[in-house]
Amino acid sequence: MRILNIVESAYRATLEEQDDTVLWLSRALKNAGADLSLVLRGNAVNYAVRQSCPPLAIGSTAIKHPAQPNDDLAKLQAKGAKVYVIREDLAERGIGEARCVADAELLPRAELVGLMESHDQVWHW
Amino acid sequence: MASQYVFIESRDPFDSPDTGFVADTATALHQGGRPVTVFLVQNGVLATRAAARGSHVRRLAEAGVTVLADDFSLRERGIEAGELSAGVRPASIDALVDLLVRPDTKTLWH
Amino acid sequence: MPDRTLTVALMDAPYEASASTTAFRIIASALAQGIHVNVFAYEGAVSLAMKDQAPHANPVKGTSVEQEEHPTTKDLVASLIELGRSEPRLTWVNCGLCVDERGAGHSVDGVKRGGPADFYKMAVESTTTLVIPTR
Repeated sequence: MRILNIVESAYRATLEEQDDTVLWLSRALKNAGADLSLVLRGNAVNYAVRQSCPPLAIGSTAIKHPAQPNDDLAKLQAKGAKVYVIREDLAERGIGEARCVADAELLPRAELVGLMESHDQVWHW
Repeated sequence: MASQYVFIESRDPFDSPDTGFVADTATALHQGGRPVTVFLVQNGVLATRAAARGSHVRRLAEAGVTVLADDFSLRERGIEAGELSAGVRPASIDALVDLLVRPDTKTLWH
Repeated sequence: MPDRTLTVALMDAPYEASASTTAFRIIASALAQGIHVNVFAYEGAVSLAMKDQAPHANPVKGTSVEQEEHPTTKDLVASLIELGRSEPRLTWVNCGLCVDERGAGHSVDGVKRGGPADFYKMAVESTTTLVIPTR
């Protein structure tokens, strides 16, 4: 079963969780043996931008290991998952391709339906 | 067997510009020969009024996509049959479930 | 007809999104139509089944607990579990790590603890999987 995870939501509780929980789940599904590809669309394309979230302290409690989406994407790719980023969504957000981490494949929006066709399950997050 | 697609649209165009994603993708798949249904639910049914501005419903229906609106969500919001855009059909949650479990169906919730 | 099975992934915490009620309606409808249902409750959705939820009076409306007759989400989950107790069956799995970080371990009877591997297995074995994301 080929799964296409289309991720739209971004930075949702990523400090509290110390993860983006959909990228995390994608990694867990891959570890469980899933044949999985990932598409970043909408605000989630920002996960392809080179970034490092700073730690945060609330009173005496520190969030020392916030989510690092670049690492999540790299680890998914290291396990063989293809990661796509919708090109037009980057452009709409004024993100230059040079700002993106390597290996995320830029996908024209019009080609998303082709990916949907080539997967057995398409899940939108 | 060719896939058929069900998009469950829970968002409305007044709150979310991203409803265009469902309209564009559903239309493209249908133009590619796939049976496609968009099932509007929750605030997604706010787009069903014929007088609603910025709604994608008419465009979807004219493209040949089947557009259904959850009858409970319509009643909850006081949207009456006479207000509906042409091409939208009220449907039950049972009808949605029936669509979901048909063979080779891919479903996206938006 | 071969058995049909629907897997549903939920994410929303109780009382925060109308998607939860729609999900309950879908699950109830599927069971009524003879379709087996698997639920993978992820993140906030693990709290839907929290046993310690309690109904309350409504001072704004001037109603007592009894008058309000307000089922909590755990009551709705328990009803679904009752509907799916035999055939067709409902299997409800809470993501264990999500349970831990929310302190949501005290769930109504019939809720199992699991994880993403269970979700994957359920999805592979189902007719289809519906992911209901949160915003």
